[in-house]
Amino acid sequence: MLSYINNIREISERILKEGLVDMVIGFQQGTVPMMNEPCIIKHAGDVNRLVWDSNCGINLASYLTNRKEKIGVIAKGCDARNIIVHITENKITRDQLYIIGVPCKGMIDRHKISLLFAKEITEVVENDGDIIAKGPGAEKIFARPDVMQPNCVVCIHRNPVVYDELAAEPVEEQKDVDRYEDVRRIEAMAPAEKWKFFEDLLALCIRCYACRNVCPLCYCPTCFVDNSSPQWLGKSQDPVDVRTFHFLRAFHCAGRCTDCGACERACPVGINMRLLTKKLEKDCLEKFGWTPGLSVEQRRPLDTYRPDDPDDFIK
Amino acid sequence: MLFQNLMDYMGVERSRLHFSWISSSEATKFVDVVKEVTAAVKALGPNRNFAKTMAKVA
Repeated sequence: MLSYINNIREISERILKEGLVDMVIGFQQGTVPMMNEPCIIKHAGDVNRLVWDSNCGINLASYLTNRKEKIGVIAKGCDARNIIVHITENKITRDQLYIIGVPCKGMIDRHKISLLFAKEITEVVENDGDIIAKGPGAEKIFARPDVMQPNCVVCIHRNPVVYDELAAEPVEEQKDVDRYEDVRRIEAMAPAEKWKFFEDLLALCIRCYACRNVCPLCYCPTCFVDNSSPQWLGKSQDPVDVRTFHFLRAFHCAGRCTDCGACERACPVGINMRLLTKKLEKDCLEKFGWTPGLSVEQRRPLDTYRPDDPDDFIK
Repeated sequence: MLFQNLMDYMGVERSRLHFSWISSSEATKFVDVVKEVTAAVKALGPNRNFAKTMAKVA
C-alpha cells in the first residue's frame, strides 16, 4: 500500500495542472502517530504533502458535502461507496468529481495497537507485512492481520466501485467473510441481556459526538442532538440519553451506512457503535436485498416502495 | 420494520411497539388493535429501563 503514494501524487499533480479539478482531497501526515489527517491540496506544487499508509481510515466523502468546486478525491473502497451515497442524496454531482481510486488492504486499528503497546507511542512504521510501533525505550512488531480495524477484517468491498483512475492494480476481495457473526450473537440474547449488553457497551460514552462528526452520512445542518427547540434528546450523561443518542444516530444511517468504520475509529474511548449500524445493514440485506453505495441508479429501501416489500410487521 | 428490529436488538421487547394501518371508517378494527396492544403490553409489565436515574440538571 505504501507504494501507492507515488501514483497518487502523480495523478493529483496532473489533474491539478490540467485544471480538471480545483482541489484534491487526500491525507497528510498527522501530528500524532496513526492519525493521518485529511487535507485539501489546491496547488500542484503541494502534492508532496499527500501521504498514503494504513492510517488513512477517515472517510473522505465527509468533505464533499454541498461542495461547488470540481474536486479530485482519493477514495478507498468504503470512501467510493460513500461518494455514491452522497451522489444519490444530491450532496454532490458525479461531474464535479475526479475519483482517484485506491484499492485498500485494510487500515490499522489505532485503539488496538495503543492497547497492546500499553505505553506512549511516538512512532509507527509499517512495511508490507508488519506494523512496528515505537515508544520511549520500547518497540513492538505487530503482524498486520492482527491489528487491522475490525470493519476492515470483514470488508468485502476493498476495491473502489466507482473511480476515474486507479492508483494501483485492484486487490483481491476477501471471500467467505462472515460479516454478521457479532450481530447474530446479540440477536440470540434475551431482552434483558441485550439491554445489559448495550448498557455496558455504551457506559464509557462521553457524548463528544466524534462518531457523528466524522460520519460521511451525518451532514444535516442541525443535528437532532443539537436542536433545542424542540429538544429531541436529553443532553445529560444519563444512560438513557446516551443510549437514545446512539440508537437514533444509528437509525439515521439505515440503508446508507457502508461500515467504513470511521465512527469507531474516531471514538476516543473505543466504543464499537458499529454493532448498531451493522444490525441495520444486515436487516437491509436480508429483507430488501440492499447493499448501500454500489450504484448511483438505485434508491435505498427507506425512500422507495416496492410491492414486495416485507410488511408482516404491520397489522 | 427496521426500527422495530433495532429496538428489539437493543433489548426493548418486540411486542411493546405495534404498527397498524386503520382507516377512519374501520372503528371495529381500531378497537381490536387497541385491545391487542394493551393486552400485549400489560402481559410484559412496566418497562422501567427508560426511567432516568440521574439527578436533573438545568
